[in-house]
Amino acid sequence: MSQVIKDGKDTIIFATKEDHQSPSKVILSPPEPSPGLIFPDGSINWNCPCLGGMATGPCGVEFRESFTCFHYSKEEPKGMECREKFTAMWTCMDQYPEVYTEGLKDDEEFLNKEEQAGETIKNKEANS
Amino acid sequence: MLSKLRLLRPPVSPGSRILNAWENKNYSDKKNGRGKTTPPLIQDEFSTNPKSPTTTHSSESENNNGWQNDSKNNQSFRNWSLFGGAIILSGTVYGIYHFDIMKQKKDDNLITEENTNAKKIRKLVQIPSLSESIPDNIQYLLIGGGTASFSAFRAIKSADPTARVLVISAEGYLPHMRPPLSKELWYGDDTEMAKSLNFHQWNGTSRSLFYEPEPFYTPVEELTTAKNGGISLARGWKVESINVSKKKVKLNDGKEISYDKCLIATGSVPKTLKLYDDANEELKNKFSVFRSISDFEDLWEQLGHIKSIAIIGGGFLGSELAASLANKGKKNGVKIYQIFKEKGNMGKVLPKYLSHWTTEKVRNEGVEVVTETEVENCSLENNKRQVNLKLSNGKNISVDHVIMAVGAKPNTELATDAGLEIDSKLDGYLVNSELQARTDLYIAGDCACFYDKQLGRRRVEHHDHAVISGRLAGENMAGAAKPYQHQPMFWSDIGPSVGYEAIGIVDSSLATMGVFAKGNHKDPSLLANETDQNTLTNKKETNEELVSKNNESISENDYNKGVVFYLKNDVIVGIVLWNLFNRMSIARQVLKTNRCYKDLNEVAKLFNIHGDSS
Repeated sequence: MSQVIKDGKDTIIFATKEDHQSPSKVILSPPEPSPGLIFPDGSINWNCPCLGGMATGPCGVEFRESFTCFHYSKEEPKGMECREKFTAMWTCMDQYPEVYTEGLKDDEEFLNKEEQAGETIKNKEANS
Repeated sequence: MLSKLRLLRPPVSPGSRILNAWENKNYSDKKNGRGKTTPPLIQDEFSTNPKSPTTTHSSESENNNGWQNDSKNNQSFRNWSLFGGAIILSGTVYGIYHFDIMKQKKDDNLITEENTNAKKIRKLVQIPSLSESIPDNIQYLLIGGGTASFSAFRAIKSADPTARVLVISAEGYLPHMRPPLSKELWYGDDTEMAKSLNFHQWNGTSRSLFYEPEPFYTPVEELTTAKNGGISLARGWKVESINVSKKKVKLNDGKEISYDKCLIATGSVPKTLKLYDDANEELKNKFSVFRSISDFEDLWEQLGHIKSIAIIGGGFLGSELAASLANKGKKNGVKIYQIFKEKGNMGKVLPKYLSHWTTEKVRNEGVEVVTETEVENCSLENNKRQVNLKLSNGKNISVDHVIMAVGAKPNTELATDAGLEIDSKLDGYLVNSELQARTDLYIAGDCACFYDKQLGRRRVEHHDHAVISGRLAGENMAGAAKPYQHQPMFWSDIGPSVGYEAIGIVDSSLATMGVFAKGNHKDPSLLANETDQNTLTNKKETNEELVSKNNESISENDYNKGVVFYLKNDVIVGIVLWNLFNRMSIARQVLKTNRCYKDLNEVAKLFNIHGDSS
């Protein structure tokens, strides 16, 4: 059973698990909307923290143009027409290795993993 | 090449509470999301209308909209790679990249040091060295280079991609976060890492204190001509005055800069004790405050050769630092005292019982906590090697160094000259709910006294508020005209066993209702009668304290996890989540209801206090 202790203006309840097992009768209003990268209407939220400094850094404009192009692309495969914009973005990013290096490094790791995965598959094939 | 394309998964909160408020969501913190799959960056792009994980009251999860699991991430990766794209959503996502701060500092020749008597004098080097390099007029001028300013320039650049933003910072350092200075940086065994101002986050990844590396910023000389605008820093420069009508500021060397929009985010300065102000230089050298990177570096170095430190102050900073230094100084046998006038740690914030409990925890960390005591006098002794502190309880303490953690004062020195109003009660520049002081002049962070339509006029000195208010000011400077709505949270970690997050007005003078998880340990019915409604007197609490001394484990279990509601006229105005994480958005929703609850235990049920604390 839960216990209640009164200490002046402060009240303390030690609640047992059993006591708290039944659902709360309190009904909350829905949480504040918290858009991610894409707003419900499909537009891009450039203020998304998930972007870190991407949209605001030295290649922010190039990044936005590339991503906008890709996001709204109707081509098949998607983003085919954005090659130029991406090239501009990479060219820009190459000028700021300190800002963008870590991403590249991650990328290499990813590459290696891909290769490794490929090898594993090959090995498996060889074994089977 | 194809796989250069990289959509990095943002750590749920690695950047943590640090960046938490950036988004209009609270996915916060350090301990949040522990063990969860970290959601990747782009979701909606590839899975239309993804159902966010919905439990009625899922706290962070519903906020993680936009995040997917790993396989989805790969999916997005493939989609992007179709056109051979290389999006490097680099570590900049939450700034997880590491860069060599040490090198950078060296390159900057930022700070030169001179040794005079044991105490370092640091000279700020100005970058740029001549104010001629700074533009004469600028679209967005941000005064101050702290978190609020960082958050503002991000918001400005997000809203106005080619904006030209000039940050004038009296500090010599690049914009950085302060919370780890009294917490994370002191834990962990890697000395080099701490020296380079990198620290481990809750999830094991490490990051730098600095939000962005130096090349992120456009050289100030190029700001006016850069094709896409940029964000530039003028470091070591100080704005002396503002002419609000003419929309101009004057720098310390007399240079004038006109602005279209201006933000004052000058933060606050640590308060000092009167006995320190009155002391001679020699004695003053034994004292320090703690706020900046330099303060951290000085203290770090000192800890290597001193044997005792007294921390004066029992609030957030004093308590965090006491626990951190005790931990760090253990190996070298450094004795830490914490002296304050309240009855327990965080006595102005936590209800009495919780404050006492925290003090016990701080003591367990090896800190000698001296409560209900003030320092009355001080003098040099032992060949001027030590300071003798004469305490109001009649005792004397001799220590090698004294840290004053006695609060901060908002830096409002620009007010008088500019004719800006200061709030007489709360201090800080008076602004409306859009954080506007005058036309085209905004205030954010510690030094803003703003109007919160739910909780009234407030001034908040916490990191998350700096993030939220800085962002709001930035958005409004770029034309948004939004009011202050999103409640900031704050957090504190005091040693390894006390961690909490809070929101709203958290003031121990208010009535509180704490609901704690009763553990599966030995039945604590010894402490109180087992009835739902039975209320006990203070006498019982004394009994409880007695028992807790006899049986530490029971006491530990008692306040181990729970939620505390702070009430004003029976309405919840503040909530503390005690060793309970990942529930801030529920707290935010509860606070928003702004109503009187008959049964707060029912409200407490929303927080699943018996569940996994993370």
